[in-house]
Amino acid sequence: MMLAAPVIAVAATLIAGAILFTLLGHDGLGATLEIFVKPLFDPYRWQDLLVKAAPLAMIATGLAMGFRANVWNIGAEGQYILGGLAGTGVALSTLDMTGSWILPLMLICGVVGGMVWAAVPALLRTTLGVNEILSSLMLNYVAIQLLFYLMRGPWKDPEGFNFPQTAMFSADQTLPMVVPGTLIHLGVPLAAAVALTAFFVMARTVTGFQLKVVGLAPRAAAFGGFGAASTVWIAMLCGGGLAGLAGILEAAGPFGQMVPQFPTGYGYTAIIVAFLGRLNPLGILLAALVLALTYVGGESAQTTIGLPSAATGVFQAMMLFFLLAADILVRYRIVSGRAAAASAPHAAAAKEAEPAKGKAVTA
Amino acid sequence: MSLDLLVAILMTVAGAATPLLIAGLGELVVEKSGVLNLGVEGMMLIGAVTGFAVATSTGVPVLGALAAMAAAAAASLIFAVLVLTLMANQVATGLALTIFGTGVSALIGAPFVGITTPTLGPVFPDFLTSSPLLRLVFGHSPLVYVGLILTVAVAFFLNRSRSGLILRAVGESDAAAHAIGYPVLKIRYLAVLFGGAMAGLAGSYYSLVLTPMWAERLTAGRGWIAIALVVFASWKPGRMLAGAYLFGLVMTMELQAKAAGFNVFAPELLAALPYVATIAVLAIISAARRTGTAAPACLGKPFRAAA
Amino acid sequence: MFQTNRRHLLAGAAALGASSFVGLPARAAIGEKKDKVKAAFVYVGPVGDYGYSFAHDQGRKYLEKELGDKVETNFVENVAEGPDAERVIRQLAQGGNDIVFTTSFGFMNPTLKVAKQFPKVAFDHATGYKTAANMGAYNSRFYQGRAVLGTIAGMMSKTGEGGYIASFPIPEVVMGINAFTLAARAKNPKFVTKVVWVNSWYDPAKEADATKALLSQGVDVISQHTDSPAPLQAAEQAGVIAFGQAWDMSKFAPKSHMTAIVDHWGPYYVDEVKKLLAGEWKPSDIWWGMKEDILEMAPFNDAMPEDVKKAAQDIVDRTKAGEYDVFTGPINNQAGEKKVADGEKIPDADLLKMDWYVEGVQS
Repeated sequence: MMLAAPVIAVAATLIAGAILFTLLGHDGLGATLEIFVKPLFDPYRWQDLLVKAAPLAMIATGLAMGFRANVWNIGAEGQYILGGLAGTGVALSTLDMTGSWILPLMLICGVVGGMVWAAVPALLRTTLGVNEILSSLMLNYVAIQLLFYLMRGPWKDPEGFNFPQTAMFSADQTLPMVVPGTLIHLGVPLAAAVALTAFFVMARTVTGFQLKVVGLAPRAAAFGGFGAASTVWIAMLCGGGLAGLAGILEAAGPFGQMVPQFPTGYGYTAIIVAFLGRLNPLGILLAALVLALTYVGGESAQTTIGLPSAATGVFQAMMLFFLLAADILVRYRIVSGRAAAASAPHAAAAKEAEPAKGKAVTA
Repeated sequence: MSLDLLVAILMTVAGAATPLLIAGLGELVVEKSGVLNLGVEGMMLIGAVTGFAVATSTGVPVLGALAAMAAAAAASLIFAVLVLTLMANQVATGLALTIFGTGVSALIGAPFVGITTPTLGPVFPDFLTSSPLLRLVFGHSPLVYVGLILTVAVAFFLNRSRSGLILRAVGESDAAAHAIGYPVLKIRYLAVLFGGAMAGLAGSYYSLVLTPMWAERLTAGRGWIAIALVVFASWKPGRMLAGAYLFGLVMTMELQAKAAGFNVFAPELLAALPYVATIAVLAIISAARRTGTAAPACLGKPFRAAA
Repeated sequence: MFQTNRRHLLAGAAALGASSFVGLPARAAIGEKKDKVKAAFVYVGPVGDYGYSFAHDQGRKYLEKELGDKVETNFVENVAEGPDAERVIRQLAQGGNDIVFTTSFGFMNPTLKVAKQFPKVAFDHATGYKTAANMGAYNSRFYQGRAVLGTIAGMMSKTGEGGYIASFPIPEVVMGINAFTLAARAKNPKFVTKVVWVNSWYDPAKEADATKALLSQGVDVISQHTDSPAPLQAAEQAGVIAFGQAWDMSKFAPKSHMTAIVDHWGPYYVDEVKKLLAGEWKPSDIWWGMKEDILEMAPFNDAMPEDVKKAAQDIVDRTKAGEYDVFTGPINNQAGEKKVADGEKIPDADLLKMDWYVEGVQS
């Protein structure tokens, strides 16, 4: 049940993609094979997939916890940037020092940076009732400009030929590889650990129950003593903290410095990942790998069959379209029996549709 | 400051504001009906490339603009079916629409890179644009006037017409509107299609008027600014007009200041200003909710008929 | 699921032997003769940008045309600078390419990382400053072209004021502004260059508006260091002269387009691949220009007066002959203080980190 919609979506994407690209004059079948199948048979590509999937999975895990509670944080991109910046601030002020305490401090500051950025929409929502979708989206652009300002101004590498980027991080500030001789850095197992922890939190703890019940039935949650405000705070801080952690892990890992090109849309892609993974941490791990596959496979397809890079985006969008469409099949089977009872002529009826999805996941 | 300079600045402001205004008015109507479509940027790109392709192929830019509206409306239909009929999540679907539009426009546009097109330039005869002041009135692309007329039309529709009242009712309380017997989904479908058509028209403003060419990602993120402006305008067409022209003015004055040799302290802070201002406006209108200027109550939430 | 994947990966990696974790297909070393070379290109933008990446891709096509079946090429476009670039470059090295050209400044550190892992693959990175045992650097003396544009501007401008649409104040751009201004002032000592920073390499609408702002301030020449033809189009509308960037853009502005600096990377690519075929490739750090034919001027517009054409051609000819260098003293800075003594030339090392403006630049 849990896998039905994603499997249908991926299959439909493969078929529709093959047809679409054949119509556009490309080798449609070849394109789908190159993107979705060939990389899976190459052990080296698996390293790329894991490294690319790690930040997506981590951000999506945090977002999904909020989405389950109907808290729509779409500011992960900004929180990711702020996490990276906060950790970079530590790195730049400890460039001349050594010690094994530096990297953990960077990671902690990364988490805090993301949380601080997420606290703004949380505060606005809980005190003034500001829609968090809009406020968190706006903060993404503010974060990008803050990054640009720091890169071109105060944090510019004095020995970097005046190019807008920081100095390279030192060895003590860079993530170690967990499997020596490969590309698998510390962020990869951390992402897996985070997802597993989140799975446990959602399934077994009171906090997880609170997030789910607020999403499913806000009024029931209020009767049960779960405050709406505390739910918003938990959801936003989880999302922001994990996005911030993903940010500093990318900066201290694959980047090894901070550059203006740091944000590459992970915060937005992670929203797709969260939905593709059915808002379930384990599903998200799988979904992150599928999304990573579209990137990695898309690059292969460019070199082997000359498929334009724009094709990657089209595949990703189609996959999400099909997933959201396929959802209805699954959802109706779960909900139809209860719908009549649950739907009072009230907004709660409308909200019912969302949580039903969450229900399908844990079912 | 000479009159010529002043007129030149104001014309640039109108040029920068118009696409934001048109796309923003479309999104405003969509949001008033209770739907949040974050796919504006994608629809604008589809409009831009379609407008360009049709204008170069037929040689008639007006056909290009119309085709742009049709193509972007078609793209918005994907969104509408998913979020309205299938009740998919609006945020995710809107994002997917932007990714889709960016990719598809690049694929369609590949053969049109590096060529030029007939433009949708000023329409009034030359003698009407001979002096600076006349030019300020008559010297624009027809789309600039479309933007102004559209503002009045949307304001009238929302505030004075019965259909507009129903649309707002649907956005404020879909369940109640449904109970009275209004076709909630049909109204939202029409709103989303209108929003798509306007985004397409705004996109074609770039490829047919402001920068008459096609290149990937031609609109460079303006769709997101349009969404921000809807919020900044607190869902009011008149304020949308003011917001779009204010945004155009700030951007133009920044460039003018640089051209005149005044170094702006930190360009990044200025670039962040519209977004900070939007958040501030959000906070203010939410705090003053009793005046009835806050977001439509049903914004972003799916509707399921209770019958 | 994730765990299984990792185990799978580790098993795969182990099976392939610990020594070559990143995957090295059997291939001839750099120093051996080859019958055929496989060359790959990494672009930061889409090949459809009709600017910087487009010009590099024209170089790739030139390479194919010149060397026929001795070379096989492929490319990846729209590659984000950072970890994505590193992954793409590694993938290309694993994919059996003998040489990889990475064409944007932000690819420097990723190229360096991958180069260390693939000693048998040759790498060449454009516009950077780092090299390695198997990684060369190449750049074009774009400023030589800027001097030609400045000469035309100085002679044709009636107001004595030129507008310059600039992206970011990196040395490359600063150098261009200075070369343009110095050459223009050689013809008209009162010439002033007004610079508008748009803080983007590509934002057509903003570039167009910046052009209009400059025009309303009285400039009657437009030059640009951004990638879109929008400034040219705005100049055409206003009836003032302008210059193309990276490629002949006369189609966009048949009346205004006086000439363009054409990035003609082809001969360099041919040279490198030929050396590789002969087994003579070594990492070089080249900074070529008009003399070596990787930079040329687009045909002069017929509207250009004869004396201007002659003067512009004279700069080209003397540059090729090595008799002209725009950065020859006396050169004053913006404050009017002498920075370079009479007859002295600014050394390359100083040019490459240039962060000051010459007299006559208003920025």
